[in-house]
Amino acid sequence: MRRYLGRKLLIYVLTFFLAVTIDWLIPRFMPGDPVQTMLSRASLHAEAVEVMHGYYTRAFGLDVPVWRQYLNFWVAIFHGDLGTSVYLFPQPVIKIIMRAVPYDVFLLLPAILLSWFAGNWFGAFAARNKWLDNTLLPLGYILTATPYMWLGILLAWLFGVVLGIFPIAGAYSFSMRPHLSWAFIGSVVKHWFLPFASIFLVKFGGWAIGMRNMIIYELEADYSHYLEALGAPRGLIRKYAFRNAILPQITGLSLDLGVIVAGALVTEVVFSYPGIGYLILQAIQNQDYFLIQGCFLFIIIGVLLANFAIDIAYVIVDPRTRLGMVGESA
Amino acid sequence: MSLQVDNLTVYYQTLRGDVQALEGATFSIADGEIMGLAGESGCGKSTLANSLIRLVPPMRLVRGQVRLDGEVLPIDDARRMSDYRFSRVSVIPQYAMNALNPTRKVGKMMAELLGSKGVDFAATIPELKRRLDLVELSHDVLKMYPIELSGGMKQRVVMVLSTLLNPSLLIADEITSALDVSTQKAVAEMLVGFRDRGFVKSLIVITHDISILYQIADTILIMYAGQLAEKAPTDVIIRAPRHPYTKLLIASLPEVGVRYAERRLSGIPGRPPLLLDPPAGCRFRERCSVAFEKCLEAPPFVELEPGHFVACWKELGEDVDG
Amino acid sequence: MSKRKVRSETLYFALRNNKLRVGLSVILFFLVLTFVGPLLTHYAPYDYVNPLGAQPPSAKYWFGTTMFGQDVFTQFVHGLKATFLVGVVGGGLGTLIGILIGFTAGYRGGVVDEVLNMITNIVLVIPTLAILLIIAAYLKVRGILTESIFIGCTAWPWAARAIRAQTFSLRSREFVDLARLSGMSPWRIIFTEIAPNMMSYLLLVFILQFGGAILNAATLDFIGLGPTNAVSLGLMMNNAVLWGALLLGIWWWFVPPGLAIMAIVGALYVTNVGLDEVFNPKLREM
Repeated sequence: MRRYLGRKLLIYVLTFFLAVTIDWLIPRFMPGDPVQTMLSRASLHAEAVEVMHGYYTRAFGLDVPVWRQYLNFWVAIFHGDLGTSVYLFPQPVIKIIMRAVPYDVFLLLPAILLSWFAGNWFGAFAARNKWLDNTLLPLGYILTATPYMWLGILLAWLFGVVLGIFPIAGAYSFSMRPHLSWAFIGSVVKHWFLPFASIFLVKFGGWAIGMRNMIIYELEADYSHYLEALGAPRGLIRKYAFRNAILPQITGLSLDLGVIVAGALVTEVVFSYPGIGYLILQAIQNQDYFLIQGCFLFIIIGVLLANFAIDIAYVIVDPRTRLGMVGESA
Repeated sequence: MSLQVDNLTVYYQTLRGDVQALEGATFSIADGEIMGLAGESGCGKSTLANSLIRLVPPMRLVRGQVRLDGEVLPIDDARRMSDYRFSRVSVIPQYAMNALNPTRKVGKMMAELLGSKGVDFAATIPELKRRLDLVELSHDVLKMYPIELSGGMKQRVVMVLSTLLNPSLLIADEITSALDVSTQKAVAEMLVGFRDRGFVKSLIVITHDISILYQIADTILIMYAGQLAEKAPTDVIIRAPRHPYTKLLIASLPEVGVRYAERRLSGIPGRPPLLLDPPAGCRFRERCSVAFEKCLEAPPFVELEPGHFVACWKELGEDVDG
Repeated sequence: MSKRKVRSETLYFALRNNKLRVGLSVILFFLVLTFVGPLLTHYAPYDYVNPLGAQPPSAKYWFGTTMFGQDVFTQFVHGLKATFLVGVVGGGLGTLIGILIGFTAGYRGGVVDEVLNMITNIVLVIPTLAILLIIAAYLKVRGILTESIFIGCTAWPWAARAIRAQTFSLRSREFVDLARLSGMSPWRIIFTEIAPNMMSYLLLVFILQFGGAILNAATLDFIGLGPTNAVSLGLMMNNAVLWGALLLGIWWWFVPPGLAIMAIVGALYVTNVGLDEVFNPKLREM
């Protein structure tokens, strides 16, 4: 088990290292003078431009050797200093991001977990059940093939514009200030529901299909046939098949995180939901490189943390990793 | 009579038609008998074995009946048949090394399986441990996952589990083919031990390897292209076979102990007929040097001497002029 | 059984597999539309053809017109072309890189495998879109081909992993041993002994990569980082949302592009499962 998790951890450390390096390269890849370009995009007072120009030149540290710049970047990261945003001048990037992160957690955690559980449960149920397999499963294929933003657009149009049941922009009513009250919580939930539903539905289809296919493989596995030959009841055979089929689904969850991030990004854009996805789009459109850097870094950290959590779950479920018999299975 | 098979005919349904994998098999196995079942790949021996325990689509029972200890087995009714499986008829499958659920500890899996069949697992533990001793397995295997066991250990676990409820009939399917010679011998002797201790009443041992049968089988049944060819006590099959196919089969072995069935019989021209649309009559006809018109009819499986059955018109005394 | 018989059997089941039939029909339909569509319209995608602006579907404008009076059907069929191009190039490139890395890692094993596997796992963890976003943000002019290439270059890791695992299991088979003993070079063994035995599997990988590339492209296009000099289905949705088609109820602007992507990718997935059933007899339903 230690070997398994140790290996994983090594990969994550290397990934983090690589990602931070890419992150560091972001403004340096910019053609021309990144500071000038950046500031010319933002409509700031002449005074502010001057201050910012000095600040950025120092921040990029263009006057010190490259290796020094790189080292400084690492030091800054570990001090939680991600620079100052141009687009939302003069707020520090870290503050802007920390404001967005709760919305992402609130949107993604339920969407990912609920779709995973519901999809797997439904897929296992539908496998080798002719009626469900032929009627409801095609729906799974359609859902998993649907582009996130399109489902988002459709839901927003149908429930927001045509039926007028749900709001289609923001995280809570524009007329409200965040405070603790039922009215505010109600507003938050109402704004949350459609973005949540579009991510949930697409993923639900994917997991259901995946589980259905895995179960069918497992029911044809030798151990299933043996149980059958010993007259085990159908329920036990399916239970065992499910236990084995869930393993690749857990691996699948960690492989899928990148795709979910992309899905969340466009969904947040459709619903103007103030998470990191929405933020990164603003940052790109305004060429706010420090903000892009910060968002990228947080996405990587989020994905790595989620991956590690999934690995721990995998170790709990699959005895083979606990015994150190499988070096590399996830 | 422990097992009695009457005119058992089983086809595989395919979209192109039925593959007639087992045609009119009639034979019986006595209490305490270990019967070897041999023949080339695709001769129907696995179909016969599967029919007795797990007849599932695309297999289809065409006709025939199987009785075990005088009771008719509902072999084509999966739901009713599951009451007989394990407790009355059991199997050590060919894939015994992959037969255990990889994500359950061996003991827990056994407990869940027995529990689901309404057997009190706790009460069977002492007997289970005795039997593990018998196959030289430590009791610790019960607390292990299959992946912690070697292939041979997994196979012995399966042997113990499959026979735990003392079935009347045990089918051992190719269980020695993946083992080295010395282990083969040990496993074969364990089977005999199971019979001698009364864990199982009678046994069908399917194998490619006739030398194993020579060591442990009381009788041998030879099949060809879905039909029974000959059944006789082991000695008789080896020393005085009467069916032309058995004769060629035995003669083609330089000595007992050669694995024969992996390759086609080089000495006999031709190959077995395709079973999708087999020729009428004796299916060995086209390769047989002594065939004559009568062979266009299927020969009956007749007891020529006590315990010696042959399906061949020549041996039945029907001759060219007949 | 002879090789020809095996092939005709595969074809036999292929022709009778409903999933395959439905999937291929849908793909074929859109493919035909891609080639025939442009002949049916006399506009260019961005021409302002309708002075009245947004109009619902009519005999003149089959899919209606956008807020600027552009013909949606024209944009749609040109967008389809972009979609298939991204699928073929992006999916093809992703598969190709996956094959090269997967075969090398799986066949060589040892240190080579360790290193390649490590790289694969690292690229796998970094969210593809984040990389694509950054790349796209730097390029001032982006064509569909450039986009496809970037998508292909970031999509290969899971293909590499899957192919590596398959190669591993084939490597120890008898016919590969035989080839090795007869002194064949590794790459020859891979391409004459291993690859042909994985053809069906590689096809499945390609189909999934094809679908993935299309969805990736749609995502990029939707956030405005798609082609700057062409029309695509994702771009249509981007424009529709950007210009308030939602609130104005111009549904004919945003429904067709998403529907087409869903239908094509869905058909690809269904084809994939159908093919799997054809190649893998155990999964067939009798």
